[in-house]
Amino acid sequence: MKFPRFTHFTLLAWVFPAKRGLAFKIASCTLLGTACIFFAVFFYNYTISHKVVLKSVRDNTRYLTHATVNKIETTLMGVEKAPLLLRESLQTQTHSREALILWMENILNTNPEIFGTIIAFEPFHFDPDSFYYAPYVCRSNGRLQTSDAQRAFNYFYTDWYLIPKELKKPVWTEPYFDAGGGDILMTTFSVPFYQMVYGKKIFDGVVTADLSLEWLQHIVSSINIYHSGYAFLISQSGVFISHPDKDWIMNESIFSIAEASGDMNLRHIGRNMIHGGQGFVPVASSFTGKASWLYYAPVKSAGWSVGVVVPDNELFSDIRHLTIQLMLIGASGFLLLFLMIVFISKRMTKPISALADVTGEIARGNLDICLPDRQSDDEVGELTVSFENMRVALKEYITDLKETTAAKERIESELKIAHTIQMSFLPKRFPPFPEKQEFDIYAALIPAKEVGGDLYDFFLIDDEHLFFSIGDVSGKGVPAALFMAVTKTLMKGIAGDHRSPSDILARTNRELCIDNDAMMFCTVFCGVFNFVSGELVYANAGHNPPLIIPPEGEPQWLNVSPEVMLGVVDEPDYKTQRILLEPGSRLILYTDGITEAMDAQKNLYSSDRLKKSLQAEKSTGAQELVEHIILSVREFVGTEAQSDDITVLALHYRHV
Amino acid sequence: MTGPDIRRRCITGIGVFLLFIMLTPCTVYCEELQAATFLPQWVPQSQFAGYYVALSKGFYQKQGIALTILSGGPDSPPADMLSDRKTDFTTLFLSTAVQLRAGGVPLVNIAQIGQKSGFILVARKSSGIFSPQDLNGKRISLWPAFQTQALAFFKKYRIHAIVIPQFYSINLFLEGGVDAACAMWYNEYHTILNSGINADELTTFFFDRYGLNFPEDGIYCLKETLEKRKDICNAFVRASLEGWQYAFDHPEEAVDIVMTYARQAHTGTNRVHQLWMLNRIRDISLSRHEDVPMGALSAHDYQTVAGELKSNGMIDEIPSFHTFYTPCLGVSR
Repeated sequence: MKFPRFTHFTLLAWVFPAKRGLAFKIASCTLLGTACIFFAVFFYNYTISHKVVLKSVRDNTRYLTHATVNKIETTLMGVEKAPLLLRESLQTQTHSREALILWMENILNTNPEIFGTIIAFEPFHFDPDSFYYAPYVCRSNGRLQTSDAQRAFNYFYTDWYLIPKELKKPVWTEPYFDAGGGDILMTTFSVPFYQMVYGKKIFDGVVTADLSLEWLQHIVSSINIYHSGYAFLISQSGVFISHPDKDWIMNESIFSIAEASGDMNLRHIGRNMIHGGQGFVPVASSFTGKASWLYYAPVKSAGWSVGVVVPDNELFSDIRHLTIQLMLIGASGFLLLFLMIVFISKRMTKPISALADVTGEIARGNLDICLPDRQSDDEVGELTVSFENMRVALKEYITDLKETTAAKERIESELKIAHTIQMSFLPKRFPPFPEKQEFDIYAALIPAKEVGGDLYDFFLIDDEHLFFSIGDVSGKGVPAALFMAVTKTLMKGIAGDHRSPSDILARTNRELCIDNDAMMFCTVFCGVFNFVSGELVYANAGHNPPLIIPPEGEPQWLNVSPEVMLGVVDEPDYKTQRILLEPGSRLILYTDGITEAMDAQKNLYSSDRLKKSLQAEKSTGAQELVEHIILSVREFVGTEAQSDDITVLALHYRHV
Repeated sequence: MTGPDIRRRCITGIGVFLLFIMLTPCTVYCEELQAATFLPQWVPQSQFAGYYVALSKGFYQKQGIALTILSGGPDSPPADMLSDRKTDFTTLFLSTAVQLRAGGVPLVNIAQIGQKSGFILVARKSSGIFSPQDLNGKRISLWPAFQTQALAFFKKYRIHAIVIPQFYSINLFLEGGVDAACAMWYNEYHTILNSGINADELTTFFFDRYGLNFPEDGIYCLKETLEKRKDICNAFVRASLEGWQYAFDHPEEAVDIVMTYARQAHTGTNRVHQLWMLNRIRDISLSRHEDVPMGALSAHDYQTVAGELKSNGMIDEIPSFHTFYTPCLGVSR
């Protein structure tokens, strides 16, 4: 099965096929245009609303995030103060064990957010006899618990000791669960302190303040935004310190979530977060189960980062609601518009359709059908009137045409008969005298219309004499044909009794001049040829001079006196001229249909061209000569219509 | 029933019966499960997936053992626990075990799970470290207990590094306190990646690629346990290897099992980390040669480890390979 290829042309053709009605085309064009405008407006509205909502959400989350960060920072900075102060004291004064413990208890008494504090010394630094010395004060059941442990534990490799020692600066450690194995998340602010020995700064130990992160988790987890938006907190290595999903806390990091879901973008965001960046970014559903927006900002002192997450669908639920409503309104509008357009265009096109049906009937020839009544003054009404006028005019015209056609057909038929009759006047049997070997004669007449004004004739007067003639009547058609018939009949009658061509012409002229009211005339060349002696006598009445082709030599014009045409002057003086033809000579008679034949550029064939065309014809017979001349003329004329009758007669004297 | 109970019973007059047990085909004795204890050398994680899986899937029970897995971690040093007979079986790094044996602890390797070093050095490219020579003069943190391999590496490449002690966490490295740190490929290295440092920002040194392959985790018991309860040793190794094979074939299920133990122990971990660990353990545990069965200890690797320990003065004498290693693989009960 072959399916048509769907180009936009075929699509257009499908939407607007030629045979679909005007109503459909108007309706679909209007609806298409309206739909484009509607969707453009709709899209613009959606995009702008989206931006506005997003901007508002970004502002809200930014405010919320920074407020949270500030709360955390304020608390952290409060915690930082006490160990920093203690460090100053440790670096400048020498303390007894009791003084240290007192100081530490004071710290806890004045800083309720601090869970515990420790001062850990390098081996043998505090007491030359003890490797470990790290007094510790912490809260326990609402009281302070002090441990002045000589043999504590190997604290030298713990993060809170080692990292500030190596980095030589105070640090907040990665959060950890408290040593009791409970669920209390802790972090420690550790400050290294130094001794000046002989002007050299030597690392002496670390003083710390432990901070329970419960309050901090509480701050972060109490944040609500929209329906299910929430806040979370990650440590400097991306581990969740606070998150609505308790299982994530201290177990998952933003990077493990990114790895589990293969979300490289989330990893990128995580890196930006732990590197102290801030931003407002979309996050994929892998993070929260839904596509969301995240605002994040750093807690600079601890290297943590706070993020506020708002699910995408909640942000844009109002817009979605509005969008659905707009779509419904739009769809209803479309339906209404469609029905209206269909109704109006049906109403508009109904008279056109009716008109189309009626004119179709008219086109099939039914001119008696009635056009619908004019119902309005609009274009359709005018069209109806015009069609009615056209129908009436057509009907009249066709009636006239029928009559004219009938008359024309009759005339044509008569002309055909006239042509047949005219042709029957002319000798048409060739060779005409097969028993006469002395000469050969051939003639052809091609009329320009059905009946023409040219004539030719030949007959034997006796056993030695051949009469022949060629003529051209002025004008064409039936009058010329009739005049030609008269001339030919007269000449034939007269030539039977007279041997002198001038006499024949004179007598014929006399008869023709009688009652020649139509003032028609005729050029004639006639001759009597003694085919025994070769003598040719001839006379000319205004006809073109014939050509003679001697057996040896070039064609030349026969010497003729021009004289006046037949039917013009009552007593003209025609002269009989003589010439002795050599055996083998050929005589060419023609009418001006040959010499005045025109090609497309209106050039005449001319007597010179005729003469030239015969130069190569040395030995051909009469029929071939005639056919050669006609062919030469036809070639010259090309596709141009024949403007005049063409007649050629050739006489070949063989003299056997 | 616990390990010491059984021993007491053995000692008090059923030695002959025990001998009988060791020589009798399994079918006679399968009816009653024998109690045994196993201590992984660290907290529950995929490093010990094979044992947790074997227990969970009943492979120990199938081998006639009622096994108890003790909770490992910093509070339960495996060497002490083994010496004190508080556990029948434990896992140890090969280098640790060689040092213990040379130091007089009568332990025996009955299967070597790890075939390649998981112990690596990780350095920051931002510290200009791309090759071993670049470590020269750099601050490098090392676990004091496991630094023989790294020190041998430094000696081999004439690296003079500033060694900082490293303990439980990798945070000093993450905070930028050191240029390079030691890490287990299956553990800390992934922790570093999942602390937001990309692999292409790190240079890693795998010691086995520098001719210092120290295979790590092996299964150990006391010599007396092997001598008196050979069948239990065989059964334990067989079930453990079956557990490992199952874990490698079903990593997701294995990680599920590990995660239940990890949650109970409150270790602070996640599935992707444990899955990474299992896959890396698989990479280093599967034998390099097809004809060597899983769990075999190569004499060459043993000599490499013991030789480096001796040349670093960690041990005086190299214990003989055959007294140190008694394979419990192909011996059927």
